[in-house]
Amino acid sequence: MIPDIGLGHFLTVAAILFTLGVFGIFLNRKNVIIILMSVELILLAVNINFVAFSAHLQDMAGQVFALMILTVAAAEAAIGLAILVVFYRNRGSIAVDDVNVMKG
Amino acid sequence: MTLQLAFFYLFATVAIISAVMVISSRNPVHSVLFLILAFVNGAGIFMLAGAEFLALLLIVVYVGAVMVLFLFVVMMLDVDFAQLRQGILQYAPVGALIGGVLLIELILVAGSFVVTPEVASSSAVPFVEGMSNTEALGNMLYTRYVYLFEAAGLILLVAMIGAIVLTLKHKPNVKRQDINAQVARKREDAVEVVSVESGKGI
Repeated sequence: MIPDIGLGHFLTVAAILFTLGVFGIFLNRKNVIIILMSVELILLAVNINFVAFSAHLQDMAGQVFALMILTVAAAEAAIGLAILVVFYRNRGSIAVDDVNVMKG
Repeated sequence: MTLQLAFFYLFATVAIISAVMVISSRNPVHSVLFLILAFVNGAGIFMLAGAEFLALLLIVVYVGAVMVLFLFVVMMLDVDFAQLRQGILQYAPVGALIGGVLLIELILVAGSFVVTPEVASSSAVPFVEGMSNTEALGNMLYTRYVYLFEAAGLILLVAMIGAIVLTLKHKPNVKRQDINAQVARKREDAVEVVSVESGKGI
């Protein structure tokens, strides 16, 4: 159990981080790099939730799940950045508005 | 206020401020650096919650590898970021609206729910007294969740191959080793025995 810090504290911090991530996607609608970073923030918030519940419920399964989320987030970042590099090489820009080559 | 609570507030405040800076700073390099700060403080929060292994994993793997990858890509791409920031305030109101509603909902849920005692007593993998966090995690990861662990390895493999396939570019006019051609080469293609008469050239 978390001795002094309540579960609500962790959940509040995670909620604020999650909201900032969502807000960041809206705010930087054109810049793919910042959107990827916002997704990382959201995943960090989710991980904080998992770890907080794991500590609160005395259950290690939550930490294993957080580990898996870290793995998937790393894979997502690697693939996302690779796509970004290829896209920049082809179009010379990373603006989201330019991603309409595939449009029929 | 105990020391733990004080540290929790410190980590939480710095994490939230740096998250704000991530989405609002002008230079993407600064964004990445603030994201690193946010992750380090997230690791501090993990540490306070007792997840020591995950906290250090977040610093070593996440900050050390993924964020440095971000930094590389941001610095490698020569993008006019000022142009990308045009019309940023146009989307701020709708983003603030949705974000505000989301935050209020999340905090209401976080503040009002209770965990029933039955759930707490029926945890899947309860903590073991006297076992360190790393030991407990490893004990479980290699036994009970071994298929999940292998799936994670598979995901990373696919991500690695995908990233290589996406970014690999064969430039023309660059000499490369063609192993098929090397192996398929026969003696007749390479060596020719010519009997030269004495006193004459070929």
